[in-house]
Amino acid sequence: MEYSHEVEPRLLLAHYLRDTLRLTGTHIGCDTSGCGACTIHVNGKAVKSCTLLAVQADGCDVLTIEGLSANGTLHPLQEGFHQEHGLQCGFCTPGMIMTAADLLKNNPNPNEEEIRHALEGNLCRCTGYHNIVKSIQYAAEKM
Amino acid sequence: MSATTAYIGKSVKRVEDKRFITGKGKYTDDIILPGMVHGTFVRSPHANANIKKIDITKAKAMPGVVAIFTGAHVAAVNGVPCGWQVNFKNGATMKEPKHPLLVADRTKHVGDPVAFIIANTREQAKDAIEAVKVDYEKKGCVTNPAEAVKPGAPLVHDDVPNNICFDWELGNPKAEVDEAISKSAHVTTLDFVNQRLVPNAIEPRSYIGSYDETSDKYTLYTSTQNPHLIRLLMCAFVLGIPEHKVRVVGPDVGGGFGSKIFHYTEEALVTWCSKQIGKPIKWTSERAESFLMDAHGRDHVTKAEMGFDKEGKIMALRVKTFANLGAYLSTFSTCVPTYLHGTLLQGLYTTPKINVDVTGVFTHTNAVDAYRGAGRPEATYILERLLDLGALEMGMDPAELRFKNFIPPFDGVKQPGYQTQVALQYDSGNYEGVLKKGLEIFGYKDFRKQQKEAAKSGKLLGVGFSTYIEACGIAPSAVVGSLGARAGLYEVGQVRVQPTGKVSVFTGSHSHGQGHETTFAQVVADKLGIPMEDVDIIHGDSDTVAFGMGTYGSRSIAVGGSAIVKSIDKIVEKGKKIAAHKLEASEKDIEFADGKFTIKGTNKSLSFGEVALTAYVPHVYPKDLEPGLDFSSFYDPANFTYPFGCHIAMVEIDKETGKVTLKRFVAVDDVGTVINPMIVEGQIHGGVAQGVGQALLEGVEYDEDGQIANGSYMDYCMPRADDMPMFETGSQVTPCPHNPLGVKGAGEAGCIGSTPAVVNAVIDALWSSGKKVKDIRMPLTPERVWNAMN
Repeated sequence: MEYSHEVEPRLLLAHYLRDTLRLTGTHIGCDTSGCGACTIHVNGKAVKSCTLLAVQADGCDVLTIEGLSANGTLHPLQEGFHQEHGLQCGFCTPGMIMTAADLLKNNPNPNEEEIRHALEGNLCRCTGYHNIVKSIQYAAEKM
Repeated sequence: MSATTAYIGKSVKRVEDKRFITGKGKYTDDIILPGMVHGTFVRSPHANANIKKIDITKAKAMPGVVAIFTGAHVAAVNGVPCGWQVNFKNGATMKEPKHPLLVADRTKHVGDPVAFIIANTREQAKDAIEAVKVDYEKKGCVTNPAEAVKPGAPLVHDDVPNNICFDWELGNPKAEVDEAISKSAHVTTLDFVNQRLVPNAIEPRSYIGSYDETSDKYTLYTSTQNPHLIRLLMCAFVLGIPEHKVRVVGPDVGGGFGSKIFHYTEEALVTWCSKQIGKPIKWTSERAESFLMDAHGRDHVTKAEMGFDKEGKIMALRVKTFANLGAYLSTFSTCVPTYLHGTLLQGLYTTPKINVDVTGVFTHTNAVDAYRGAGRPEATYILERLLDLGALEMGMDPAELRFKNFIPPFDGVKQPGYQTQVALQYDSGNYEGVLKKGLEIFGYKDFRKQQKEAAKSGKLLGVGFSTYIEACGIAPSAVVGSLGARAGLYEVGQVRVQPTGKVSVFTGSHSHGQGHETTFAQVVADKLGIPMEDVDIIHGDSDTVAFGMGTYGSRSIAVGGSAIVKSIDKIVEKGKKIAAHKLEASEKDIEFADGKFTIKGTNKSLSFGEVALTAYVPHVYPKDLEPGLDFSSFYDPANFTYPFGCHIAMVEIDKETGKVTLKRFVAVDDVGTVINPMIVEGQIHGGVAQGVGQALLEGVEYDEDGQIANGSYMDYCMPRADDMPMFETGSQVTPCPHNPLGVKGAGEAGCIGSTPAVVNAVIDALWSSGKKVKDIRMPLTPERVWNAMN
C-alpha cells in the first residue's frame, strides 16, 4: 500500500500511523522511546516510530504489525507468541514481535542471551519475558 | 453435570490472542468518535503551593482551543470518593479531605491538575498549556510518612493535624505482645522502607467522555479494571448523574496491576465536560503524567520485631508502620495498609502473639493505592525478611526454621480452617508441602557446597527463601462491610443459552491480560459438555453486563467464575425439567453429563442443543415453566481464598561492582484447582518479575521539593528481558473448600512471594562472606550493595 498525506512537520511517525492511517496496532507506551511498544520496520530495520517524524519516513518502506500477516497466514513469530503464551494484555506485543522479526532476520538462530539482549529496548510488564523468549525460540525453529 | 473434563486443567491456547498478535486489539486510545476533541492538563509544578491567580485568556485564544476549565468551573462538582472507611483507634472517622477534579486554591502534589484544556487536536491542546498563566506561591513540603507526622511538618490539609488520616491497630493487645517479645530468647529487628513503586501498565490510562443530547446519555470509554464500579462512583458520588444514563465501557486494557481499579479525576472530568461542550473528549496520559498521576504502590516505613524461643519457635511479632497515602485518598488506599496488610501478618506460622499498628499519613505526593498484591507483599516482606534474618542471627537453617513454625496441613473440610491472631480464617493449606517441593526443585542440599566452592573462586552466591500466603478472591461482602468497605464484593455471571445451543456468557470480571475469554470458556464448555468454540465470554460494558465488581485481588475465577457456575447450575436444573417433559420421564430420573440429558439407566436422551431449542421453541413444553434458557447469578463468597507458596531465589553478587544477578528463581505456588496451567504460570512469571523489580531495580525517588527525580523510562528502572532468568515453576494443589471450582486465584502470587526471597538471597550472600548486614534499602542497586560490602 502506498499512502500520501500533507502532514505537520512535527507529527511523529507513530501518530501518523495511528491517527492518520488508522493503523492502531502500533502502540504508544511512553514519551522517551523507552518502552518499544511503537516498534515498526522502516526500510527493513526495526525502529521506534515515536523517535521518527512522519516526514522522515517520506518515500520509505514501512512495515507495521498489520502488514506482517498481510497474506492471511500468521508470521512464525505471531504463531510463536500464541503457542508459547508470549502475551497477556497484548499492548507491548506488536512492538515485541517487530523487534524479534528484526533479530531473526539478522540472527536466525539466536541463543537465550542474544534474544534477551535484543529485547532490551522493549518493556513488557505482564509476562516476565519468560514466555516471550520461548515464543521467539519457537519462531526461530519454524523459520 | 459433566463427568469428564475436556478443558479444565489443560493448557488451552488463548482465544483472545489473535486480535493482539495481528495488531487488531481495540484499546481506548484506538477509538476515534465523530467530532472528537482532545484534552490535556495544566499540572502543578509544585508539591505545595497556593494558587494566587490563573489567567486563561491568552490560552483560550490559541488556535483550535475549544474550552478551558479550571477549579472555579468545577467548584460545585464533588471530588472523587474513597471507597473504604478506616477509623481511628478511638473510633473517630478517618480524615477524608475533598479530592477535587481540578484544584482551585492550593496544589498538594506535583502534577495536581490546575486546568483542563480542550482543543481540536492533541497538539493544539498541548500548545495551549504554556499560554495558561498560573501565579503560584510555593510552600514547603513533606514526602516521607514518618517525617510527616512530626510536629512542625508542613501540612497537606490544614484541617488534618499532623497529617494523620487514621491510626489503626489489629491483633493481640500490645501489652501482651510486648511481654512476649521481652521474654523471647532472641529478637530479630528490622527498620526498613518498603519503597514506593509505579505500577507502569504499558498502556497509559486513556478516557473518552461522550454525551448524547437526544437520549440525555453519557458514554465513558475507559482503561479500567472495573467498569461498573467506575460508573457507580462517578454517577452517585461525583457527578450526580442517574446511573442508567451512563454507559461505561472498558475495552481492551493494556495491563492494570491495580492502577486501573481506581476512579480517577480525569474520568469524571472528560465525562462532565463532554456535556458542557457538546463534543466527545479524549484524554490519553503521557508516560510522564502516568508517573505523576497513576496511583503508586507500597511506600511503608516500618519497624518490625520478631521474638523466638531457644529452639527457634516464633513467640511474638510486633509491627509499627507509617503508610504513605499521598496527598489525597485514592479509591482503596485506606484498606491496603490496614485490612490487606495487617491481616496477613500471621503468615504461614503459628505465631501466638501478633500486634500491628499502622498510621495512615498524608504527604505532598501522588496517591498510593493497591499495586499488584496490595498490602500482602508488604506483610510478606516483613515476615520473610525476619525469618531469614532470624535464621542467620541464630545460626539456624532458614528452611528448617520455617518447618519448625509452619501451621500443620489442613484441608478445611475434615480439619477446620485456621483461625489467625489477626482476624482471618485460612481456608485450606499444606505449607510444608510447597517448601519441600521448592527445596527439591532448587536442589538445596547441594547449594551450600556450591556456595562454598564458588567463594573459593571469588564468586559470591546467596540463597533466599520466602514462604507466603495471601488473602484473595475478595471477598465476602458482609465481612468487608464490617471492616469499612463502602461497596459489596460479589460478582455477577450471566449464562445465555441461544436457541441453537451456542452460549454467550456475561461476566462482571474484566480481563486486561488475564485471559478470561479462554479460562471462563473452558469452565463453561466443560460444565455444559459442549465445545469451547460454542462459548463466547463478554465483559467490560456496563450496558451489556449486569452490575459486576471487576477484576483485582486475584478474584476473577474465584468469585466471577463461581457466579458463572451458579448460573450453569440453574441452566442444568431447568434443562432437566424440559428434558423430562419431552422424554416423558420424571425430572429426578434425568441426569446431565457430557452435554446430554439422559433418563438414568437408559439410552434415551436429548442433547444440550435439543433442550436449548425446545426452551425457545416451546411447542412440547412443561405447562408451568417459562420459555428461554438464560440465567444470571450473583456470587458472594463465604470467605477469602488463601493461595500460598514457596519462592527461592539464588543470586550472584559481583564483588567489584556490587551488581546483583538473579541466577535462578524457583516458584512453587498452590493456587487451588488450576483451570489453565499455561495461563497460571504466565501470571506467576509476570508477578515474579514485578517482585524482583522491586527488590533490585525499581523505586520512586522524591527530591526535597517533592519532585519525582526518576519519572520516566529513562530514569525509573523497569525490569527488562536481560534482568530475568528463565523461571523454574512447580505446583501443588490444595483445593479451596468453599467455592464450586476449588480455585484460589493466581494474579498476585508471584509479586507477593518474590521480593523478600531476592533480598534475603543478597543478605545470605553477604553473611556467607562474613559481612553481617541486616538490611540494604530496596532497590538493591550496585551502589547500595557495594557500600554494604565495603
